[in-house]
Amino acid sequence: MKNHTLTHLKELESESIFVLREVAAQFEKPALLFSGGKDSIVCFHLARKAFAPSKFPFPLLHVDTGHNFEETITFRDELAKKYGAQLIVGSVQQSIDEGKAIEERGFSASRNVLQTVTLLETIEKYKLDACIGGARRDEEKARAKERFFSHRDEFVQWDPKNQRPELWNLFNGRKHVGEHFRVFPISNWTEMDVWQYILQENIEIPSIYFTHERECFLRDGVIYAHSHVIPLKPNEKVEKMQVRFRTIGDISCTGAVLSKATTLEEIVEEVASTRVTERGSRIDDKRSEAAMEDRKKAGYF
Amino acid sequence: MTEFSTAGYLTMDLLRFTTAGSVDDGKSTLIGRLLYDSKSIFEDQYEAIRATSEKRGEEYVNLALLTDGLRAEREQGITIDVAYRYFATPKRKFIIADTPGHIQYTRNMVTGASTANAAIILIDARKGLIEQTMRHTYIASLLRIPHVIVCVNKMDLVDFKEDVFEKIKNDYTAFANKLEISDVYFLPISALKGDNVVDPSKNMDWYKGNTLMYLLENIKIENDINHSDARFPVQYVIRPMSNEHHDYRGYAGRIAGGVFKKGDAVTVLPSGHTSKIKSIDLLDNSLEEAFAPMSVTLTLENEIDISRGDMIVKTDNQPIVTQDIEVMICWLADKQLQANGKYALKHTSKDVRCIVKDIQYKVNINTLEKIEDDKNINLNDIARISFKTTAPITIDKYSRNRNTGSIILIDEATNVTVGAGMII
Repeated sequence: MKNHTLTHLKELESESIFVLREVAAQFEKPALLFSGGKDSIVCFHLARKAFAPSKFPFPLLHVDTGHNFEETITFRDELAKKYGAQLIVGSVQQSIDEGKAIEERGFSASRNVLQTVTLLETIEKYKLDACIGGARRDEEKARAKERFFSHRDEFVQWDPKNQRPELWNLFNGRKHVGEHFRVFPISNWTEMDVWQYILQENIEIPSIYFTHERECFLRDGVIYAHSHVIPLKPNEKVEKMQVRFRTIGDISCTGAVLSKATTLEEIVEEVASTRVTERGSRIDDKRSEAAMEDRKKAGYF
Repeated sequence: MTEFSTAGYLTMDLLRFTTAGSVDDGKSTLIGRLLYDSKSIFEDQYEAIRATSEKRGEEYVNLALLTDGLRAEREQGITIDVAYRYFATPKRKFIIADTPGHIQYTRNMVTGASTANAAIILIDARKGLIEQTMRHTYIASLLRIPHVIVCVNKMDLVDFKEDVFEKIKNDYTAFANKLEISDVYFLPISALKGDNVVDPSKNMDWYKGNTLMYLLENIKIENDINHSDARFPVQYVIRPMSNEHHDYRGYAGRIAGGVFKKGDAVTVLPSGHTSKIKSIDLLDNSLEEAFAPMSVTLTLENEIDISRGDMIVKTDNQPIVTQDIEVMICWLADKQLQANGKYALKHTSKDVRCIVKDIQYKVNINTLEKIEDDKNINLNDIARISFKTTAPITIDKYSRNRNTGSIILIDEATNVTVGAGMII
């Protein structure tokens, strides 16, 4: 008899496609949270597979902090255009201008926390009942407790101690008016799985994931990209470095790594031998031991 | 660190396992040990737990801290909810459903067990079989976890004695013989010291078996999935309505059992209409055959009315279409099951409603005795119940197929998942 076992990547892919199709079947107005980072790009690719040959089924929702890498924005626009996907952009700058969000001050100011305000506003404006995100359980300890279908009450809060049990492949997306869901199709993927899958499927990703020369500076052991977004302290010196990004977020909270990786194979090899978690270069998680848990409870994805 | 072959991902498969243990039997330490010894712990994670251990005045780095998730768990030193952990070796990727041994114990273990290929059951070598061991084993049997690995832990505290291990092994076998568990392994380990976890023990020459990691990497999981009864619950109908694909009508779903090939004669249930498989599609690929648990899109030769909730099966091997089901239920909610109550019921991609017809008995999961005089079904109770559904559903027995034999019940007022059921 033939071997009927799937490779781990095929099985993960199949599971994620199943989840995405459940979203389309169980919700009226879902959107895919799209940051231009590798995880949301993989979700995008999986959604294309899930619904082919129909055109891309969900609008893309990007919460734009105004502090993005230019390369990410270009990539986002080109991808949406290429596959005819609708793009919704929620602007953090606009939330600040309207007085709904208050800009942080100081050298380590970031707009990361402010994203929640804009996200919730956008959800309300477009009456979205489910937001699909590329979060993974291996990323962070609070995320290890997430469900695939994560229920949010009318205050958009996550209640980690009182989550709906999720058994077999039976996802309960029932909700009352005003409530909504966050859905995480790649919950069971690790950083390594994501890179191997990108390699296997030859998925296009923004250029800043590969090594490039960039003006950077060092602060608290983290390599930052030099930009108008982060004011330099007097003793900090900008120098040219050969770097790439392991995760892509807001410029103010994404650290770079020294790297020579020019191909996907080299990135996979680098990830395999690296000894620090990818969120280790995310300054947003370092604020306290429960930084992610607190943000998630408040409605962050 | 171990060399991670970057080409290995093309052949690696995936094993999901659950860990069950009671308070202080070293479950978190064992998971920490697996993660640490398989080099899945990063330096910044290790540094964080080292600092915490030091702050608490502990003698050694407490690997159990790796599995703490929520603030309340760290503060109280307990696990509240199922947490999922990941590690990989060059052979396999592993997903651990780490379930707590404390409160809401059954509910969480059932959740973790529902998707597991294997269960690790921990027994403290000093204590032997205790009530919780029986419970864990019963649930593994009820949920039909295909492989059970019994780890007799803390062997270092009984001087690594063979007779302690042998006695526990015999006691356990006597108990497990009464249940539906076919594939059981026994290992003497010390999670704290690392004996027989990843590396063979130097303290137990008498043990000739494999290490835990070897077992996890090599257990045969191909037959864990039903490959004989072809089942395809329709999840979503794909109709592009574009010029290019004007007449395309695809049925999207994840194969719940068996193998489908192009040209197979199929029947759609519950309607009974028949057709043939025209193509099996996935993005730009057209496949000759597909098997569980692949997500694909089927197209059929004839145009028939098919929607979400229908099931496509091979004509020569059909499941049961019925409105009456007998179910072993695990109750997941604080609010009792209502006698004659009505619930929403989810089975594969089908949504129906159901009414409780008869509560037959509860199971005392410590002794396996049937309780027939107490019909109050509370949180964590397991009971045999008959239901009638508002519309026909297409079922197999759970023992035959975990996908087409399982249901969940939802409270229609609160929308909360209140019951998990296995069809008998």
